[in-house]
Amino acid sequence: MDTFVQQLINGLNVGAIYALIALGYTMVYGILRLINFAHGDVYMVGAFAGYFIALSLGLAAGPSLLSLTFILVASMIIAAIVGMLIERFAYRPVRKYSRMTTLIMAIGVSLLIENLFVARIGAAPRAFPDFLGSQSQPPYHLFGNAAISKAQIIIFLVSIALMLLLQWIVFRTKVGTAMRAVSFNLNSAKLMGINTDAIISLTFAIGSALAAAGGVLTAQYNPNIDPLMGILTGLKAFVAAVLGGIGNIPGAVLGGLLIGAAETFVVGYGYHIGIASTYRDAVAFAILILVLLLRPSGLLGSTVQEKV
Amino acid sequence: MPTFIKRILGLVVVVVLLVVMNAFMSREGLFGFGLPYYYAEIINLTGISIILASSLNLITGFTGQFSIGHAGFMAVGAYSSVFMTVYFSEGLEQWLTGLLGATLAQSIVFLAVIIFGALIAALAGLVVGIPSLRLRGDYLAIVTLGFAEIIRIIILNIDRVGGATGFRGRVPPWDGRQIIPQYANFIWIGGFAVITIVVVYNIVKSDTGRALISIREDELAAEAMGINTTRYKVMAFVISSAFAGIAGALFGHFRQFLHTNDFQFIRSIEIIIMIVLGGMGSITGAVLGAIVITILPELLRKLPGDLYSYRLVIYSALLIVIMLTRPQGVMGAKEFGLSWLKRPQRRPEGDKPAGEKGVPIAQQPATAVIDQGKEIEQGKEHA
Repeated sequence: MDTFVQQLINGLNVGAIYALIALGYTMVYGILRLINFAHGDVYMVGAFAGYFIALSLGLAAGPSLLSLTFILVASMIIAAIVGMLIERFAYRPVRKYSRMTTLIMAIGVSLLIENLFVARIGAAPRAFPDFLGSQSQPPYHLFGNAAISKAQIIIFLVSIALMLLLQWIVFRTKVGTAMRAVSFNLNSAKLMGINTDAIISLTFAIGSALAAAGGVLTAQYNPNIDPLMGILTGLKAFVAAVLGGIGNIPGAVLGGLLIGAAETFVVGYGYHIGIASTYRDAVAFAILILVLLLRPSGLLGSTVQEKV
Repeated sequence: MPTFIKRILGLVVVVVLLVVMNAFMSREGLFGFGLPYYYAEIINLTGISIILASSLNLITGFTGQFSIGHAGFMAVGAYSSVFMTVYFSEGLEQWLTGLLGATLAQSIVFLAVIIFGALIAALAGLVVGIPSLRLRGDYLAIVTLGFAEIIRIIILNIDRVGGATGFRGRVPPWDGRQIIPQYANFIWIGGFAVITIVVVYNIVKSDTGRALISIREDELAAEAMGINTTRYKVMAFVISSAFAGIAGALFGHFRQFLHTNDFQFIRSIEIIIMIVLGGMGSITGAVLGAIVITILPELLRKLPGDLYSYRLVIYSALLIVIMLTRPQGVMGAKEFGLSWLKRPQRRPEGDKPAGEKGVPIAQQPATAVIDQGKEIEQGKEHA
């Protein structure tokens, strides 16, 4: 039982990060029908933005919640700008072309970001400063052997807060209404006087900011950051978005949590049924193939009838 | 000249060329003239790239289904065929040698393992293709990517093929060959490159090819015309996977060493860049792209400074620039050959409004109209 609770905590924790990234995928897909492959790299950029800010301002010296908050917000802003730049200079010019063009473009942007980082700062992982002191501090015991660390608590709290904020933006503000209108039908939204380019730009900004938050939070839990960290995490987050029903915001959160939990349980219990822990990374893709076979619209998604 | 005589002549020319080239590239050389092994290796790897690019072109360039896991199928073909060679072929080869002589026995065994690799890769293509190609949209991209990743992880966990240390030959507790024999030479690699090109050409020019191109142009319209789109898409995908498997088998028996690092995501991307560079939907373009992308890193290696370490940056920047300026690829759907020289005044495909869609469009002017209609339809798709 202890182990189960522990695995569940760890799994949901990883899942919360996936959920934060999946939100960006699902929002962009909802509006542009584009798998934004560069999204995983924006997550990486967010983590590195936090790392370099902390280094240059000397914030790494003393662990404090205040500096973490500052770094979180700063890297979210930087990532939002990066996301908007990607949209403006890479996706917008090819938006009128076929989907395959935009998809290849997305891969090109993703590779460019990764390889520029590798070429400039090297592929070796770097240690993100620990602002919570959770590596030195013992975790809080729940009961038995199950425990939760300070970083995990922060990850839960911040990601829940951000998800609620997103929910509020999308469903309670004018901008959110415009976003939903654009994702419903881009051309009609344009006819209704919505500045669709601005809304698409904003969508990228919000999604990228959430991914950056995921990046900084992950780094508090697992301090090794490297330029290629976004590839696999990004793909799994995309799978999470598909699992929840792509284009569906609560679906992305649900999908993220499920993928995170499934992955952790494979590591924790897999050896009982002969699955090596190295299969952890394969779980998400196995789930993806199952989803596509059984319920292509995802858990919370609705089937969209294609019209001529 | 009757067609069949032309064909036989063509076959003879190709075989003679392959044999002469192979002798020239071998370690002994031809009449004392030999190519250094470094260049011979690049030429052989180029041949393998041509197989990969041409086969990916069938599914991505002609059918319009984006696959980014081609390296995964290559890995399946490579590992399954080399596995057979190392663990199960020795006895058969000895028995055949007694019967037919060493050269012929070797060739039969090699052909058998290549076919085995191709079949296993085709099977993998079927398993991946059926769930993802039933659906419209970009699911194939993400599933193929995921599949390539799963395959890599599975191979890493199989001790019998060396796991993370790589596959060089038998792994001690089991009996088999010490090292992977270097069966593949330019006759095999060049020969299969020609076969791939001919097969892709024949498919594209047949009514099957028409169906595939119609799926690329407008899947909904193709379905309305009575084309079983799923069946054709799966078929193209399986054929494409089988050839990727052949390329893998040749690669394994040429390099005599397999490691999962050779089949990573970046490898699939490299193959995509080949066909994007060459023009999606152009057979000769894919060949050209394969040649350029295989030789380019070797040229960059020779340049001063650390340009080589920036080669991936150059690749990705190249991809972005091509998509921004010529989304249908550098060559577009245009083929080049001897007839190209005869009529240089033909306008390039990209100048027509039809070329604007990014994916190349067949010559008929009517498609331009259909295509503009699609622009409007895409707006509806968001509903």
